Amino acid sequence: MPVVRIPTVLRKHTDGEAKVAAAGATVREVFASLVAEHPELEDSLFDGDAVRGFINVYVDDEDIRYLDGLDSPVEEDAEVAIMPAVAGGAERSEHARRPRSAGGAERSEHARRPRSAGGAV
Amino acid sequence: MDDHSDTEVFELDRATWDRLVEHAWSDHPYEVCGLLGIQPDGTIEHFPIDNAERSMTYYVMEPTQLLRAMRQIEDEGWRLGIYHSHPHTHAYPSATDIRLAAYPEATYVIVTLQDRDRPGIRAFAIRDGEVAEKRLVVRDDRAA
Repeated sequence: MPVVRIPTVLRKHTDGEAKVAAAGATVREVFASLVAEHPELEDSLFDGDAVRGFINVYVDDEDIRYLDGLDSPVEEDAEVAIMPAVAGGAERSEHARRPRSAGGAERSEHARRPRSAGGAV
Repeated sequence: MDDHSDTEVFELDRATWDRLVEHAWSDHPYEVCGLLGIQPDGTIEHFPIDNAERSMTYYVMEPTQLLRAMRQIEDEGWRLGIYHSHPHTHAYPSATDIRLAAYPEATYVIVTLQDRDRPGIRAFAIRDGEVAEKRLVVRDDRAA
């Protein structure tokens, strides 16, 4: 069964567990299992049907934004990692006010050109 | 006279201090960022991470590099340090830094190059929007 890596800030919703097994063949299904077991995670992970903009989600080493978002396939022995983005800066900027929409195809373009400021963050 | 009795101490070895300042200069005037893995004996593993925004006023750690570094730090059981540079402002968490701080267990380290001749580093905890400065102690590498 896939294992989900939970960041410290969300472990209050998983009884302190850092890794939680959750069944599913896609990230969407794995998250559904996870939320069924730990309902308080839902608000932290999702904004409507989408993953919150500030949460990075990976299947093994791959950011799901480079895959198929929530429809990315998950193998039985895969690790799905949930990791809040690490960001900040000296000044409040336009970028900071516009959180990314996780899983959205519009982010791939930005992600492939990380050096171009003004991306969809 | 300052009373540091309630202040958490964050120890940085001189070599890491130098590496952080060097990293901050390496892409000046853009902000740089990275993670620190702090081992139980105080040894610090340094993980420079690309600033995906390459901005003078904002940073976002490149997600894949972030994953790899964070996973190693967590799996090794090291304590977490999160650093970035303020090329033009002082070393104190900005409103953006505070709002986006999502790692309550981390020590947030800020390198300032505001005074080009005297780079500075300060360390903080940021929890629930509250900033608590830690007392930064720079130790020489061979000190006991």
